[in-house]
Amino acid sequence: MPQAAQTARAAGAPRSSGLSLLGSELKVLFGRRRTWALLLALAAIPVLIAVAVKVSSAVPPGRGPAFLDRITQNGLFVAFTAMLVSVPLFMPLAVGVVAGDTIAGEASLGTLRYLLVAPAGRVRLLLVKYAGALAFCIVAPLTVGLAGAAIGAALFPVGPVTLLSGGVVQPAEAALRIVLIAAYLAVSLAGLSAIGLFLSTLTVVPVGAMAATVVVSVVTEVADQLPQLDWLHPWLFSHYWLGFGDLLRQPVAWDSFASNALLQAGYMAVFGALAYGRFVTKDILS
Amino acid sequence: MAGGLAIETRGLSKHFGQQAAVDRVDLAVPHGTVFGFLGPNGSGKTTTIRMLLGLAAPSAGTVNLLGQEMPDKLHDVLPRVGALVEGPAFYPFLSGAANLHRLDSASPHTVPATRKARVQQALERVGLEHAAGKRVHAYSLGMKQRLGIANALLSPRDLLVLDEPTNGLDPQGTREVRNLVRSLAHQGTTVFVSSHLLAEVDQMCTHAAVMSVGKLVAQGPLAELRQAGSMRLRLVTPDAGAARQVLAGLGLVPGPGQSEPRAQPDGETVVAVLHTGTRRPSVLPEDVVAHLVQAGVRVRGFAVERESLEDRFVALTGEGFDVAQ
Ligand SMILES: Nc1ncnc2c1ncn2[C@@H]1O[C@H](COP(=O)(O)OP(=O)(O)O)[C@@H](O)[C@H]1O
Ligand SMILES: [Mg+2]
Repeated sequence: MPQAAQTARAAGAPRSSGLSLLGSELKVLFGRRRTWALLLALAAIPVLIAVAVKVSSAVPPGRGPAFLDRITQNGLFVAFTAMLVSVPLFMPLAVGVVAGDTIAGEASLGTLRYLLVAPAGRVRLLLVKYAGALAFCIVAPLTVGLAGAAIGAALFPVGPVTLLSGGVVQPAEAALRIVLIAAYLAVSLAGLSAIGLFLSTLTVVPVGAMAATVVVSVVTEVADQLPQLDWLHPWLFSHYWLGFGDLLRQPVAWDSFASNALLQAGYMAVFGALAYGRFVTKDILS
Repeated sequence: MAGGLAIETRGLSKHFGQQAAVDRVDLAVPHGTVFGFLGPNGSGKTTTIRMLLGLAAPSAGTVNLLGQEMPDKLHDVLPRVGALVEGPAFYPFLSGAANLHRLDSASPHTVPATRKARVQQALERVGLEHAAGKRVHAYSLGMKQRLGIANALLSPRDLLVLDEPTNGLDPQGTREVRNLVRSLAHQGTTVFVSSHLLAEVDQMCTHAAVMSVGKLVAQGPLAELRQAGSMRLRLVTPDAGAARQVLAGLGLVPGPGQSEPRAQPDGETVVAVLHTGTRRPSVLPEDVVAHLVQAGVRVRGFAVERESLEDRFVALTGEGFDVAQ
């Protein structure tokens, strides 16, 4: 009996490293129009801020979001302001869409069964899907930061930046701080992505998982504001989200970065395990 | 290979709540066959296939695919299996070729260097080379079905599992699928193809199994399944009463539909079942004629009919359009 597939493998043909799926995932994720729409919407935030500041005469100091009053003197502050403004709602919204879609999106298209029959391997697929969501968590804040720096530089003067600690850094160093804040936000969103991934394994309706992820994020942020729950605050994944001011000191204070990273790692472990437990035993009936 | 079987299930069952969608199914699919998995809608074909491929866990029973236990050996077995399950499914925003690239790269067992050529080949094999760059969004159902088959053919396979592969295809496409299946079988690939259409299985398969409401009610070589049907004789005579007496005397049971509504002017039609199943007929047709003549029954017409595979299918799965609940 000719066993074609066996013979082909016996020939010792070079096998893929297994990274092909990750490459394909990134290509599909960042090739799709929806992802572009999300990133464009995020990029619109700094543009909106910059234009609003430009057309209005002057912002009285101390009003509006932090850094807003400094934009007219230094365009780079558009980036800081936009990142700050987008953290509570827009970032979680965008991440909720991507993380909630991971497994449920494939299930609703029906492609999940073909990926698994390929066979992609359930654990491997879950890891690749999470890696894709993390890639988005890196790109999204970076998009806001870089779009902010670009529009700021276009509409306002750019010069040395006075930090929160009073020190002054050159524009190049300030650009580096923007990237650093983007990295901080990427780490911040890792826990929420893990929650989204888990929720995505529970349903074949992607919008459901997306909405649930966003709701979880909003509820957590509200809980973080309630003084009655202050014993809970250090455990909430959004607790350090606005703590990136420490990166605008000279020298950089890494404390909140480290605490944040540890907290997010905890969420990744817990919700990664839950997603794993759910997904490896799940009947794929879609 | 365990007993030379490409697929072997034992007591395979799947329950959805109270309902047994698949109920103690013992499939035995020999290597190198084109095996038809026949059953009306809702009889449990797709659910069985999901369990074969490790997509759903059986409630009870075991699956052996290409000599290895599923789902334990899933990573060894599935690279050798191409599948179409419950219709094609693709990313509508990607082109046909990009979809195949994506699904091919999903397996760590495929060779990236040959991916492009294999995708091209698979597309040509199903006649989609001209639509390769088009988004699947713009594909017709038939084109998607072809793309689904192309996906199953991306690598050389030892086993193809095709769930209703001709759904949504025009007669031309159906013919092409049939030829494709034949040529694959000719190369030694075992093809397990489900269908709710008897004619399709009849035309393309060497073996078949019949499902009814979750249960496997028959399986074997198609020729044997045909043989298993009953043999009837049909008699047209003006002396119907006397004829019935003779037949009853020979121990023959009157068959179904014996008195036809349109009474012929020259006589009545009498139908009798000569034998059912694989039992030898108790009396030969020629002896029946001799007895009739002896008894003075005038015979206008006499025919021996073998039950068609269609009658057999209906007998096994029930008549009509009732979808199994
Ligand atoms: N996800 C599910 N949940 C509950 N019942 C299901 C599910 N999938 C299939 N069934 C039931 O199982 C039975 C068999 O379905 P299926 O295997 O799809 O049949 P076929 O493929 O032969 O048409 C049907 O009665 C169907 O209603
Ligand atoms: Mg079906």
